[in-house]
Amino acid sequence: MITNVNINNDLAPESTPFVDHTPEEILESEIRHQDSMCVNESDINEPLSANLKYGLVGIFFGIVFVKAEIVSWFRIQEMFRLESFHMYGVIGSAVVVGMISIFLIKRYNARSLGGEKIKIEEKKFNKGQIYGGLLFGLGWGITGACPGPLFAQIGTGASVIVVSLLSAVAGTWVYGKFRDKLPH
Amino acid sequence: MQILELLQKPWPWWVAGPLIGLTVPALLILGNKSFGISSSLRHMCAACIPANIPFFSYNWKKEIWNLFFVGGIFLGGIIAGFLLTNPEPIVVAPTLASDLAAYGITNYNHIVPADLFSWPALLTLRGFIMMVAGGFLVGFGTRYAGGCTSGHAIMGLSNLQWPSLIATISFMVGGFIMVNLILPYILSL
Repeated sequence: MITNVNINNDLAPESTPFVDHTPEEILESEIRHQDSMCVNESDINEPLSANLKYGLVGIFFGIVFVKAEIVSWFRIQEMFRLESFHMYGVIGSAVVVGMISIFLIKRYNARSLGGEKIKIEEKKFNKGQIYGGLLFGLGWGITGACPGPLFAQIGTGASVIVVSLLSAVAGTWVYGKFRDKLPH
Repeated sequence: MQILELLQKPWPWWVAGPLIGLTVPALLILGNKSFGISSSLRHMCAACIPANIPFFSYNWKKEIWNLFFVGGIFLGGIIAGFLLTNPEPIVVAPTLASDLAAYGITNYNHIVPADLFSWPALLTLRGFIMMVAGGFLVGFGTRYAGGCTSGHAIMGLSNLQWPSLIATISFMVGGFIMVNLILPYILSL
């Protein structure tokens, strides 16, 4: 990880490195950005080992997920039955902290550790957000898990959730296969 | 030992929520990455079974950070589940407990209800619907919506994106319909 910082310092830390994209790269990037929230806005080619830092954030995140019982089916039932404030408090306070963070990042033109200007893609509206959102909501109510908690649940020892995860991968694949035929 | 005991207890929302919110700036500052999880499922498709489908024909290695991130969530689950285990059963609202007891759900020792989600249960109609059909809806729906609770509800709302607000409202409406109107029939199976 230290090596990574050194590499990034070699790349003009004062400004975003100018990267000349070929038409093929631009097309590839457009496909990759389709309906993807967690896209990579970085133009820096990091070595594979540099990704370990995202793994560390994931570990921290997974611990919070489990210890706050966000990954518990019971807590999701309470949320949708309006029997507990817990989940509303978690999501609400997470959004407030995220909002303040992004406001500060934009206000001060913060840069990433690699020296790039921080970019966040704007989200375009399509009807998929309604249809897909409703379908995901139905699944969330049954499984008590969104995609993140599926990984954490398996970690806690519920090995059978591997089946739910594989089924979710299959659902994603089927969406990709029939994407052109679905209303958006 | 007192700190360990404190960490083993369920964490309150006002600790967990802000920590989750901090993931947003952490990923942006570490490497200009927008927080989201459901896309990892798409990258798995692109990596393993792209099948010449245009939606999966992209360089997934460019997004490999996301797979490291979800791998970390899995490891975090192991740490929290085995090292910081809560010795007490999960405390739920009494109204929920009494309703669930009617369906034979009485085991509160695991964060994932053992009465519903287990290998033997997978072979029952109820278990199959809850694990296989439920998982399918999660994967299909999140990609159709372009994100999940992380990408839309937390990252999108934090960035004041109105399409994310519409998506979040749709998630909630779907969840309310399932839990209150449909799930009672599934649990009766």
